[in-house]
Amino acid sequence: MKSDTIAAIATGMGNSGIGIIRMSGDEAIAIADKLFRSKKKGKTLKEQKSHTVHYGNIVYNDNVIDEVLVVVMKGPNSYTKEDVIEINCHGGSLVMKEILEAVIKCGARPAEPGEFTKRAFLNGRIDLSQAEAVIDVINSKNKFALKCSVEQLSGKFSEEIKSIRDMLIYNIAYIESALDDPEHISLDGFSQKLNVDLINVKKRIKKLLDTADDGKILKEGINTVILGKPNAGKSSLMNILVGEDRAIVTDVAGTTRDILEVQINLNGITLNLIDTAGIRDTEDVVEKIGVDKAKKYAKEADLIIYVVDASRKIDDNDEEIFDIIKDKNTIVLLNKNDLNTVVGASDINRYIENCPVISISAKEQTGIEKLHDSIRKMFLHGEINFNDEVFITNIRHKAALSEAYNSIELVMRSIDDGMPEDFLSIDLMNAYEELGKITGEAVEDDLVNEIFSKFCMGK
Amino acid sequence: MNVNEEYDVVVVGAGHAGCEAALACARLGLETIIFTISVESIAMMPCNPNIGGSSKGHLVREIDALGGEMGKNIDRTFIQSKMLNESKGPAVHSLRAQADKAEYSRSMRRVLENTDKLTIRQAEVSELIVEDGIVKGVKTYSGATYHSKAVVLCTGTYLKARCIYGDVSNYTGPNGLQAANYLTDSLKANGIEMYRFKTGTPARADKRSIDFSKMEEQFGDKKVVPFSFETDPKDVQIDQESCWLTYTNNKTHEIIRANLDRSPLYSGNIKGTGPRYCPSIEDKVVRFADKERHQVFIEPEGRYTNEMYLGGMSSSLPEDVQYAMYRTVPGLENVKIVRNAYAIEYDCINSNQLKSSLEFKKIKGLFSGGQFNGSSGYEEAASQGLIAGINAALSILGKEPLILDRSEAYIGVLIDDLVTKENFEPYRMMTSRAEYRLLLRQDNADLRLTKKGHEIGLISDERYERLLEKEKQIAAEIERVSNVNVGANKKVQELLEKYGSTPLKSGTTLAELIKRPELNYEVLADIDKNRKELSDDVIEQVNINLKYEGYITRQLKQVEHYKKLEGKLLPDNFDYNTVSGLRKEAQQKLNKYNPRSIGQASRISGVSPADISVLLVHLEQMRGRK
Repeated sequence: MKSDTIAAIATGMGNSGIGIIRMSGDEAIAIADKLFRSKKKGKTLKEQKSHTVHYGNIVYNDNVIDEVLVVVMKGPNSYTKEDVIEINCHGGSLVMKEILEAVIKCGARPAEPGEFTKRAFLNGRIDLSQAEAVIDVINSKNKFALKCSVEQLSGKFSEEIKSIRDMLIYNIAYIESALDDPEHISLDGFSQKLNVDLINVKKRIKKLLDTADDGKILKEGINTVILGKPNAGKSSLMNILVGEDRAIVTDVAGTTRDILEVQINLNGITLNLIDTAGIRDTEDVVEKIGVDKAKKYAKEADLIIYVVDASRKIDDNDEEIFDIIKDKNTIVLLNKNDLNTVVGASDINRYIENCPVISISAKEQTGIEKLHDSIRKMFLHGEINFNDEVFITNIRHKAALSEAYNSIELVMRSIDDGMPEDFLSIDLMNAYEELGKITGEAVEDDLVNEIFSKFCMGK
Repeated sequence: MNVNEEYDVVVVGAGHAGCEAALACARLGLETIIFTISVESIAMMPCNPNIGGSSKGHLVREIDALGGEMGKNIDRTFIQSKMLNESKGPAVHSLRAQADKAEYSRSMRRVLENTDKLTIRQAEVSELIVEDGIVKGVKTYSGATYHSKAVVLCTGTYLKARCIYGDVSNYTGPNGLQAANYLTDSLKANGIEMYRFKTGTPARADKRSIDFSKMEEQFGDKKVVPFSFETDPKDVQIDQESCWLTYTNNKTHEIIRANLDRSPLYSGNIKGTGPRYCPSIEDKVVRFADKERHQVFIEPEGRYTNEMYLGGMSSSLPEDVQYAMYRTVPGLENVKIVRNAYAIEYDCINSNQLKSSLEFKKIKGLFSGGQFNGSSGYEEAASQGLIAGINAALSILGKEPLILDRSEAYIGVLIDDLVTKENFEPYRMMTSRAEYRLLLRQDNADLRLTKKGHEIGLISDERYERLLEKEKQIAAEIERVSNVNVGANKKVQELLEKYGSTPLKSGTTLAELIKRPELNYEVLADIDKNRKELSDDVIEQVNINLKYEGYITRQLKQVEHYKKLEGKLLPDNFDYNTVSGLRKEAQQKLNKYNPRSIGQASRISGVSPADISVLLVHLEQMRGRK
């Protein structure tokens, strides 16, 4: 197909050391040649080999816009399978804009979000699941999320899904052929054999789903709210975790009147930390707003770190906090163990059972390691091995896996109920199709465009 | 001067497809002429002596719901009837009736003869008249011309037919009837792509030479269910004939193996492709080499004949081998063969040339149905004949064609498969081909299709009213039992215990009890005092709809997804070569089939899901550009 040539700024729009303008399409090299002036006289990009870098200037209307490196990649050995040009310029936003305008005036068209990847897909370079992973790579917030996405790109996840689907389709086909040719294909004892396969399938899907929870947490972070009475040491704790004086720390109770939010990385796990105003019954209008907000955040949090001032007795304000946190994942920190403590773990457990209680001193910075361990234990299933495991980090994938899991359970229930085999194929087929949505082997109309609409410009 | 006549519709062939096609057209008020090589062979059953069976029974009931004749005709002429697969789910229950072959054919002929606007003509059609891509009529071998607005081709196995066993071959149609040797060339001259398929039939034996004491007797059902929704169940409770079951053995298989080189299939004498799903005994012995025996059903060909059909042992082995192998089967030791088993080769079309309406893509007004389209089986033929006839009539009447989709009818599955999938062997209907079979049951064919039949004009107002009444009764009864409360009293607990069902802890509804696998509507009669007298078929629907509610709901969800993709239309005659992300094979296939929708495109063999996602993105992009 004749493809028009698209162009976009491929790097972030802020000022940075380097910026890239990317073009893809039949005219990409010709357009670049209109603008590129090599230091060597008469050298044109058209005559260059694929995957080579060339030094020169971008000149438009006799004005030198910038000194650049141009990368030439010829189709089909490029990201889009079309001819691709990347102009590496200085990263000022004005420079990048001017170069983009120049290539557009010379015949390129501004790319839509995700259009480069869409072309890669349309030209058969990547499949749907890989296209989707590209977005995740771009949006990765930490090392772990990036790794998940890269693994998905390489197809490790697809392989596992495909292997499960193979097992399902074999059984579906068996039932169907037995219905068609009962004389030669017997269903005697089939249900029991199927059940064994389903136990296996269920376990494998469950494992993927577990990693999905881990994956979400690892990728998007744990929404963590720090609660406590005024002056219990919440902000000091936050500062230790963040590693800089982000919150204002004073000796005056009620200093943190609003909500502070910051994202930190704790040995590969992201915490979205929210420090809150201390909870107490107050007449101060501004402070009251802060307290209400704190309660609201606490309700939505994945994790609550409750900081107790161990040098003061538990009072009404603490009891109010216990009420807020009773159904939440909570870690209680008994702070100020450098002073005389009057509150112990048993005092806490009288209000909430089975929650880790750790003694620390925010001032002396002791006991923080134990907090790390507790968080890991609470949120990750078993040992996280960053090398071999497949992690599900995509909400769509998780939804499909859950659906498949439910369908498998329905099949097993049908077997239990002694339903005739021809009923089993309905839910087996559903499981098969749901898993197919992940690998793009089941046709999903809405999905396809949704995936590409999530892309940012230039990818 | 040659004869020169005018009709609205010409139907070529009076087998099961042709009869339905001609009846539909004439009943819709169109002047119709039906050609047959021999009037005696109208609705002939040249192979098995039964109608229906697994998934084929569904087809017959659907034909009936749309206003076709097959169901009524078998109800008039059956000699044994059985509901198959009753131990399995309701989706695979299937009605099968043994026919009195001669009566079946005579009865259908009588219907044709007494239908207004229908003319029967014995003649061989030798030429198709086409002008500017529009069909104008046919010419016969004798030189007569019949002009018409539409032609429906239902030539069955007669085109250039050749019957073969061993090294003997006759250029005849089935049963020694004259073949039609000229029409193929005329079709080819009009650009129609032809295939050559083969099928086969077992020997017929003299009943007096069979020792039935060595076989298992197979009885009909005590309570016979008619095929037609119009037949009064009382009229089909007749004295039934028995069939018999026996088995082949190692000796049979040895003889077959030793003589395989004399089989025209393996010697290369037969060029046509046979049906995988209706194999000859030599095919079965080769394919299922580890099976020690295969079933042989001995079925009467009629009430007043001694000929018995040796079902399961169709063959094209030489005469002497046939004798030898049949005589190894218990009960057939002294069998006398009346007619030899044989294979038959014939010309048919590549059905991809048809639209879903069964009209040729390239020739307007030309329709076709039956084995000519590459299918096998009486029921498959009748289904297509009916649809081809209806659509020929509708096109003349200037109306939209009747296209049933895969979620509406087995007929829809059958035709969609024929027109969208590569078909290199005679196509046989099977349960597994219907994705939504829990919805496409034989028991609800009337509920699914009577409305359409009425709309077309083949179902009377009276019958339609009756259907509406039935619908109402079903809905009302489901509503009622859903609101009948059942307490945990002694009577209830005793009844539950009797059927091995868990006792109640607290009150529930009757509907909830019906859902329990070990219970059903009927057995709960004693604890349901206000129950009204309802007909069996209403009760059946109430029972099925309640018992399998969850499954039905989930299947309906699958249908919803399917319909969505069917609704995504593709541009007509789009050049798929312009979409470079499609694989080469997909481009070629899509250009060839010119599918109507994304859904149909996804079913074309050689088009992968990845190709479909490429198409979806491409469509979206095209829309964006505009």
